[in-house]
Amino acid sequence: MSATVDGDGAAKSGDEPRVMTYVQALNEGLRQEMTRDETVMIMGEDIAVWGGGGVFGVTRGLLDEFGPERVRDTPISENGFTGMALGAALTGLRPLVEYMYVDFSMFAMDQICNQAAKMRWMLTGKADVPLVIRTQEGAGRGNGPHHSQSLEALFAHIPGLKVVLPSTPYDAKGLLKTAIRDDNPVIFLEHKLLYGVKGVVPEDDYTVPFGEANVLREGRHVTCVGISVMNQAAVEAADILAREGIDLEVIDPRTLVPYDREAVATSLKKTGRLLVAHQAPERGGIAGEVISCALEDAFDYLDAPPMRVCGKNVPIPYNMALEASAVPQVEDIVSAARGLVRGVDLTVAA
Amino acid sequence: MAKPKVPATATVAPKSAKIVLRKPPECTCSQTGRRLKDARLEELTGLSQDRLVGMYRRMCLIREFEEECATLYRSGRVRGVTHTSQGQEATVVGTTWNLHDDDYITSTHRGHAHILAKGGDEKACMAELLGKATGYCKGRGGSMHIADMSKGILGANGIVAGGAGIAVGSALASQMLGNGRITVCFIGDGALNEGIAHEVANMAAIWKLPVIFLVENNLYGMSGCVDDMLAVGERGFFARSDAYGIPGSECDGMDVVDVFMAVGEAAERARGGGGPSFVFCHTYRFLGHHVGDPLTYRHKQEPGLWKKLDPIPKFGELLVQQAIATEKDVRTWGEEARKAIEEAVRFAEESPEPEPSLIMEDVFA
Repeated sequence: MSATVDGDGAAKSGDEPRVMTYVQALNEGLRQEMTRDETVMIMGEDIAVWGGGGVFGVTRGLLDEFGPERVRDTPISENGFTGMALGAALTGLRPLVEYMYVDFSMFAMDQICNQAAKMRWMLTGKADVPLVIRTQEGAGRGNGPHHSQSLEALFAHIPGLKVVLPSTPYDAKGLLKTAIRDDNPVIFLEHKLLYGVKGVVPEDDYTVPFGEANVLREGRHVTCVGISVMNQAAVEAADILAREGIDLEVIDPRTLVPYDREAVATSLKKTGRLLVAHQAPERGGIAGEVISCALEDAFDYLDAPPMRVCGKNVPIPYNMALEASAVPQVEDIVSAARGLVRGVDLTVAA
Repeated sequence: MAKPKVPATATVAPKSAKIVLRKPPECTCSQTGRRLKDARLEELTGLSQDRLVGMYRRMCLIREFEEECATLYRSGRVRGVTHTSQGQEATVVGTTWNLHDDDYITSTHRGHAHILAKGGDEKACMAELLGKATGYCKGRGGSMHIADMSKGILGANGIVAGGAGIAVGSALASQMLGNGRITVCFIGDGALNEGIAHEVANMAAIWKLPVIFLVENNLYGMSGCVDDMLAVGERGFFARSDAYGIPGSECDGMDVVDVFMAVGEAAERARGGGGPSFVFCHTYRFLGHHVGDPLTYRHKQEPGLWKKLDPIPKFGELLVQQAIATEKDVRTWGEEARKAIEEAVRFAEESPEPEPSLIMEDVFA
């Protein structure tokens, strides 16, 4: 997972595009927004003092710059401080909360799903809820069953929540800034394996809109919709497949709510073959939704049944080999794509 | 009542145990009588006669609203479940009479009274109960979801203790924005056992947030009696406030003046930067948990004993005693409240039904 995947950052920056990590990009986005708007604040466990700012460093240096009120270490009370962030969002602040691991969000499901998600609708639009819930998810670092889940489908299922999964440093910064400026509750899901990934990130104040998919790699034969870190794997897979003459198009939806179904449909009209990759368990995962939309929008263009390249329906194990077997790897995407084009003469196809 | 509710009656009794008659405490913690010995009500409370009369009238309005709500529910015109608060009016009005228009409250599943007491519109409330387009939530929320941001009402709540975080968060915002507002978090005796209640009380204390946890102890969380469900020690309810180092006080929740005075002290503390308070109001809901409650957990004679403490006639008599009102005034205000609610029902019934094609509006900004 060391590949550098750029967004469209390179085109927008100067002569020597600035390269930084996903963590640094998030940190810069936060800093810029907190500078721009005094009502932006962030609260969570061990985000201020620990290691100079957060277990993963996303909030590094912010305490010194903005002080302990706006960069607030909380007690270990996810449900409590999520509710407080909601209350503060209703009454004049633009709070972010951070959960160290998405698994801990389970404590706060009442405040996220029962309260924050429904508030604006119940009040018939008379209240804004500018709340961002940031956390990181996913397998790959041996964190075991309580620190490695991918829960995007849970949140996407609840009306009223926007769900964002940046897969590049460029998107991390741009999508975070959009999230902070959004007047709805946004679930912002980073991935622990992406924090160290490098890419081009302009210094300027740019945003990435929600609901616009990003074509990370163009291709003619198979469309791969990747969720979060699986886009990295998909791009690696595309390199391998290219050597076999198989052209993989990699599409990162960036946001699941809102979801850019048109981008996927457009791609399918070209490729006719779909695979969807995510680390989250296959059953009930977002791949089912992506495929349903594709069937509704582009059924007549499909040349093969869509495929899911997803996590097994099992908790994420600790042991390295076990963990790797529970979530899809580059080679799983490769073999799925091979399967989709088996028997097809690619020299004439599409 | 100063002596807490150490469970004299509660052991690990099986469900089939005899239903205990829980009498109202003979010696209440009310300070009102003693305080009023040598003082006028205006002097004691600092409220004008108009404001005092307003308290009475608002309690009447709430009582009439709740009575009508029960009637409408029984006749099938209010759907789902509805929770009424007859008997708790003093607790609610005594509290909100300490608040400014731009202060905040969060409410509960038993929320009609809170909303009306904070200045909510009885017509829009009633229309919401009937699911009409003119209701506070355009018929989307019903009884348990009424809110009015323009009045600082951050919402009733269908989840027990669901509003506690919102309350403390609004207090956090007020502190950070320096706008001088305070928040009252209405919370029941049962909700004190939800995890979030502990979490946010702790955070309110460590950050000295301007919030008052107004505990309406009406003895029951649905069927669970506080004696059986709330682990305390010799300090009773104060065990909960003591745990966070938050000042706690208690008052006779059937006495609007007593509540007003107790909350006044807490409000002053919040406004002065002194941080949060707990106020434990001992009160009683005359009806069940919701309209239609089988009431198998409560002694049949119990409501009758508590109704003798009905806060509305009690305060009406006090106004007459103090020559702030005549008996006729008091009667008239009661009738006016009834008329206002009749008018609210008429408004609600004549209001249009919401348009199903519009339900997707407002999901997102």
